[in-house]
Amino acid sequence: MSELESEVGRSSVPGPRTGAAGTAGTSAALEGEVFLSVRDLRIHFDTDDGLVRSVDGISFDVRRGRTLGIVGESGSGKSVTSLGIMGLHRSHSARISGEVWLDDDELIASSEDFVRRQRGRKMAMIFQDPLSALHPYFTVGAQITEAYRVHHPVSKKIAKARALDMLDRVGIPEPAKRYSGYPHEFSGGMRQRVMIAMALVNNPELLIADEPTTALDVTVQAQILDLIRDLQKEFGSAVIVITHDLGVVAEIADDLLVMYAGRCVERGTAEQVFEAPQHPYTWGLLGSMPRIDRDQTERLIPVRGTPPSLINVPAGCAFHPRCPHADVPQDDKTRTLRPELREVGSGHFTACHLAQEERTRIWTEEVEPKL
Amino acid sequence: MAGEPLLKVDGLVKHFPIKKGVLQRTVGAVQAVDGVSFDVRPGETLGVVGESGCGKSTMGRLITRLLEPTGGRVEFEGRDITHLSVGQMRPLRKDVQMIFQDPYSSLNPRHTIGTIVGAPFRLQGVTPVGGVKKAVQEMLERVGLNPEHYNRYPHEFSGGQRQRIGIARALALKPRLVVADEPVSALDVSIQAQVVNLLDDLQDELGLTYVIIAHDLSVIRHVSDRIAVMYLGKIVELADRKPLYETPMHPYTKALLSAVPVPDPKRRAARTSRILLRGDVPSPISPPSGCRFHTRCWKATTVCETTEPPLIELAPAHRVACHHPENAPDQAPADTQPLAGTPAEDQVVHQSE
Repeated sequence: MSELESEVGRSSVPGPRTGAAGTAGTSAALEGEVFLSVRDLRIHFDTDDGLVRSVDGISFDVRRGRTLGIVGESGSGKSVTSLGIMGLHRSHSARISGEVWLDDDELIASSEDFVRRQRGRKMAMIFQDPLSALHPYFTVGAQITEAYRVHHPVSKKIAKARALDMLDRVGIPEPAKRYSGYPHEFSGGMRQRVMIAMALVNNPELLIADEPTTALDVTVQAQILDLIRDLQKEFGSAVIVITHDLGVVAEIADDLLVMYAGRCVERGTAEQVFEAPQHPYTWGLLGSMPRIDRDQTERLIPVRGTPPSLINVPAGCAFHPRCPHADVPQDDKTRTLRPELREVGSGHFTACHLAQEERTRIWTEEVEPKL
Repeated sequence: MAGEPLLKVDGLVKHFPIKKGVLQRTVGAVQAVDGVSFDVRPGETLGVVGESGCGKSTMGRLITRLLEPTGGRVEFEGRDITHLSVGQMRPLRKDVQMIFQDPYSSLNPRHTIGTIVGAPFRLQGVTPVGGVKKAVQEMLERVGLNPEHYNRYPHEFSGGQRQRIGIARALALKPRLVVADEPVSALDVSIQAQVVNLLDDLQDELGLTYVIIAHDLSVIRHVSDRIAVMYLGKIVELADRKPLYETPMHPYTKALLSAVPVPDPKRRAARTSRILLRGDVPSPISPPSGCRFHTRCWKATTVCETTEPPLIELAPAHRVACHHPENAPDQAPADTQPLAGTPAEDQVVHQSE
C-alpha cells in the first residue's frame, strides 16, 4: 500500500520550486505562495514500552498570508508535528522521516546547523506557557535583543532599538521601562506578548503558535488572537495555530487540519470543515462542544471511549473503536485497512471509509440536526 | 423555584494576610472574596464564572468550609456553619461534597479505587446495605466505570476516568450539595462532554444541587440554571441563564461574552463589534476604589471611581452591581462626566473589518 496520501504529487509538487519563491523577502506578490510544505511526515519515538507513533504520515501546505489551524486532542500529535518542523526533536530519541520544505529547503535531511540558522529567522514559534519558555534570570529586553543578534550582526544598541520597537508593536505599554523587567514581573497576557515580540523580532516568514492562548483568560485571549491576526496582516507571514479549541480556530484560521492519533483525518478551508464536516471524528468534536451562541438545553453528544494509546494504534481506521458508524461500510475494512485521504470537494480531504453518499446522508440526517 | 434555600451566603469575606519581616507583621491582605451574597436553591445548578484571580475558587472552598471565612455568614439548610470546627463540620460533610479540578492530584496514588471511593463510608461510619464494597461498585457503575476495576490504582486510568472516580467519591454518600471547581477544564473536548452529561444525569437521578465553578462561559451556559459573574472578589451580576446571556447588564459580563470565540467561521465576518478590554485584572491586594471594574470599563464616570455600586435587582431575578448598566435604566443618570483616561466607546469596541 502506498503510504503517500493521494493528493501528494497533484497539488503543489514537493521539491525545490523555481520562480518567484526563489527571492527572499515578503512582498504582496508572494502572498498565497506555498511557503511550508510537509510531506508524509512521520515522527516515532522508541520507548521501553514500544514504538510511539506520535505522527504517522501527515502532509499539508501553508501559504504566505494564510493561517492553518491544526486541531486535535491531547496526544493527537499536533505539538510533535510543530516541534518536528522546527527541528526541535533530539535526533537520538526521535525517528523522523518524510519531507519538510521550508521555502526551497528540505529540513529533515539538512544538517542541524542549517536548521538552527533557519530557526528564529525564517520560522519562529510561540509556546503555550510563556513563563517556562522565557528565561527567569534575564530581562525580557536582553532575551529579545539576543534573539535578534543571533541572526543579525549588529551592535547592541541597534538590537535594543529593534527590541523596543517590537515591544511597542505587540502592545506593551511603556516599552522603555518594561525592557529591563524580568518575566515574573509581567502578567500572563503581557508575557505572551513578550514571547510574540521575541518570535517576530527577526521577521520570520513562518510563525508557529502552539496553544498560544490556552493559559490565558478569555478577555486576554481575545487581545492576543487579534494581535496575531494584525501582525500577520502586516508581515504577510504564514501562520500555523495549534489548538484544541474549535472556537479559537474558527476565529483565526483560514485552513484547518484535524488530527487524530497522529494522522490527519480531515483537511480543508475553515468554512468547508465547519459547514460540511466530513469525518465522524470532526462531527464528534463539534457535538462535544457546548456553544456560547446557543441556548442549548439538549445533552451534548460526546465521542464514546477515550483516545487510543499511540503505542497500540488500532488497526485500520484509528478512530474505528470510537466511531458510531464504523459498521456501516461492509467487508470490515474499517478494522483492517487504513483509510487514505481522499478529496471530497475542492481542496477538502478526509480519511474515512464511508462512501461519499453515505457520509452526506449521515451528516445531513443524523448529525447536523442535533448540533 | 419556591422553598427555603439550601445554602444561604451573606456578605462572605476572605482576606489572606500578607506577612513580611522577622516579626511576620501583617502588611496587607489579598482580598480574595470581598462581600459575596447569594442563595442556592434545592435542585438547581448555580454557575459561578470569572477570570483567574476573581476569587471563585476561594468562594467554593469557603462554602464547603475547607477555608475559614474572615467575615460574613454561610447557612446550610438554615444552620449557621460559618465558624464550625473541623469536628463539628464532619457530620455535615455527608451532605456537602466537592469535585476538584485536577484529577491527577486529587486522588491518592497509593490507594486503590475501592479505597478511595469507599473512604466516605469509613469516615462517616456509614454501613450501606450489602456492604461497602457493593455500594462502591454500584457507584463506579453509575459513573460509567467498570466495577471490576475496584482494585486498580489511579495511574491505570485516563484523565476522564479519574475525574469519574472523583465524582464517584463525591457522590458516594448521596450529598445534598455538590461544589464542583472547574470539573472539566483539565479534560479533552470529547471527554469533557462525557463528564458534563454524567453530571447532568446524576443530578436528575439523585436530585443533587450543584454549584459549578468554571472559567469557560460555554460550559457554564450549558450546565447552569442561574449564573453569578465574579470580578475581583465580588459578584457583579447574578441572573438566570437566559437573561444573562441574552441581555447582560454589567459591562464586564458583556465584554466577557463578546470575547468568547465562537466555533463558526461565518460569524467572524458577520460580527460587527467585539469589546476589547484594556489591560489585565488589577491586583486583589489593592483593588480599585468604587466600582472595581472602573479601570477597564468604557462607561466609567466619576461616580464609579468614588462609590461602590450595590448589587440590586434591576429586572425580576436579575441582580447587577453597576451605575451605568446595559439593557436597564441608568442608575446614575446625573453623572455623565467620563473618567480621565477612559477611552471613548469607539476605541474600546473593536470593529472588525
